[in-house]
Amino acid sequence: MSAASRPKTLFEKIWSKHRILEREDEQELMFVDTHMLQDGSAPAFEMLRQRKLTAHSPERAFGTPDHYIPTDSRNLMDLADPESRAMAESLDRDTKAAGIQFIGLQDQRQGIVHVIGPEQGWTRPGLLMVCGDSHTSTHGALGALAFGIGTSEVAHVVATQAIWQRRPKTMRITVDGTLAPGVSGKDIILAIIAKIGAAGAVGHVIEYAGSAIRNLSIEGRLTICNMSIEAGARAGMIAPDETTFAYLAGRPFSPKGAQWDQALAYWSTLPSDPGATFDREVSLNAQDIEPMLTWGNSPEDAMPVTSRVPDPAAIADPQRRAVVERMLDYMGLTAGMALTDVRVDRVFIGSCTNSRIEDLRSAASVAKGRKVAAGVEAWVVPGSGLVKAQAEAEGLDKIFVAAGFQWRFAGCSMCLGVNGDLVAAGKRCAATSNRNFVGRQGPGSRTHLMSPATAAASAIAGHLADARALVNAAP
Amino acid sequence: MQPFKRLEAVALPLTRANIDTDQIIPARFLQKPRINDFGAYLFRDLRFNKDDSKRPEFILNQSEYVAAKIVVAQRNFGCGSSREQAVWALYDYGVRAVLAPSFGDIFYSNSLKNGLLPIVLPADVIEAILETLARQPGVQIVVDLEQQCVRAPGLAEQSFGIAPFSKHCLLTGMDELDYTLTHADKIAAFVRQYEANPYS
Repeated sequence: MSAASRPKTLFEKIWSKHRILEREDEQELMFVDTHMLQDGSAPAFEMLRQRKLTAHSPERAFGTPDHYIPTDSRNLMDLADPESRAMAESLDRDTKAAGIQFIGLQDQRQGIVHVIGPEQGWTRPGLLMVCGDSHTSTHGALGALAFGIGTSEVAHVVATQAIWQRRPKTMRITVDGTLAPGVSGKDIILAIIAKIGAAGAVGHVIEYAGSAIRNLSIEGRLTICNMSIEAGARAGMIAPDETTFAYLAGRPFSPKGAQWDQALAYWSTLPSDPGATFDREVSLNAQDIEPMLTWGNSPEDAMPVTSRVPDPAAIADPQRRAVVERMLDYMGLTAGMALTDVRVDRVFIGSCTNSRIEDLRSAASVAKGRKVAAGVEAWVVPGSGLVKAQAEAEGLDKIFVAAGFQWRFAGCSMCLGVNGDLVAAGKRCAATSNRNFVGRQGPGSRTHLMSPATAAASAIAGHLADARALVNAAP
Repeated sequence: MQPFKRLEAVALPLTRANIDTDQIIPARFLQKPRINDFGAYLFRDLRFNKDDSKRPEFILNQSEYVAAKIVVAQRNFGCGSSREQAVWALYDYGVRAVLAPSFGDIFYSNSLKNGLLPIVLPADVIEAILETLARQPGVQIVVDLEQQCVRAPGLAEQSFGIAPFSKHCLLTGMDELDYTLTHADKIAAFVRQYEANPYS
């Protein structure tokens, strides 16, 4: 069978379209359509200055501060640490000097880079996109090939609009069937990572397929692709379909008029061909997936909310037993206790994983008419100024505030806390973010990952909680 | 970038999987300009208490390992965040090679751009090296990039793979960006053709 007629995957189609040249060692120079810059980029621009290099294609980049910004105001001076402020200030200065579009704090479009890319229509099917942030895998939800890069690579892409890559392997994860009520994209991806492990997809690009994926909204798909990196994947992708096209229609940077028609015709050719083969195949049944949450210090340590904390004594492998003992000690958990008996101090609804309008609607539906438990500090941090405005137009902010949640401004916030939004040592946080690593939310912090509905239910209950029980009961 | 050819040095055994870049360098140091000594932040919350006193139970604080230039770890070393500062922290401390059964993809790529050699070896080989290091704390092992092999006491010589161009860059200290800029004409030609047919 000739190369032209051989069935191709979505990944292969985008890969071959962006290949500039191949080296004898099989590394390939790939053209980058869109380079997203956030406020961790200062060292990259410093590298460029030292080498007297300028931006190759500034029109193919945009920048927004999201990590080093306050979420209790839109005034950068409210950040206590001058070095942290300097990160956001540098992005402003560096992008302007390079002629790159900058979306600043006073612009309502500002937000987490992985929220505003899709929102503005910068993220589109068939594009190759990079950003100096590992959660760039998010953008694959719209049928792009998108991956995170390091600082040296950010400098390389600014200077050349290209990046060297070794061709990754492909993995298809098929989720067929119908999700049970109260189960979301977050639960699907936590179930996947629990199944294949935190290194389960190293060296691979994942394509998520199957009827349960197809039936998800774009928000749910973004959540799934976002956490591909937590399974070790280079990128996550979902074939573009009518849901994708409907989402993109009319977005500020989406093609218009005749160009839209051309784009649509092209995008329709992108899904993997029937018979295309993948290096690995994994499948899950949607109906088996329950609301999930993590108990340990790796996203692979995820279990249904109805489970009990693992007992190290029941683990035969001595190395794994020692790991579990260490994690239970760090997390302050007792073997065998019900997860729903674990009390929480903080609740964080936000991050590039779960801060979009559908996430906030889901959390608000649980919080409506209820109160955050005494002693719990609960935050909602929308993913962008536009998500915040939409939520306010729908009255979601009033629901949250009436329930006792703080309603804040857009940013990465407490996911990693580089802006000072931290969880104190020994305190426990129910979080909709993506990493439960030791110290992720601050030294000594204890993080449990979960969906927005589960986090809202935990805020109300004061302990990790099953949102399905709350939703079925009257407030 | 400093060239890397051959290294004989103390190896630090980290008998853990999934050592994420948040462990290697906590996020609160990421805003530090590159002129800082990032070695001071390496494994900061594992090495030090909140009051900056040392945690003696952490292996890097044990006298046999203070001079370690090689790290040996279990699978998925450097997973998580893309922060290149994780590589800077290891490098500034003095580490020049990391041996593991697998690496976070972005960490692996960042290492090659900073003169830090990531070596993938089979999990059973890594376990054998870890056992050797546990039996002989502070023992030196040899990493030879030219020969693409690792030698540890009592173990057969282990060869490892690395992309030829990455090897060339490490051996000579050549920078990838300089190399790419020699292909500026090919990028320009690609862009002309690409932008003429964006939807085909």
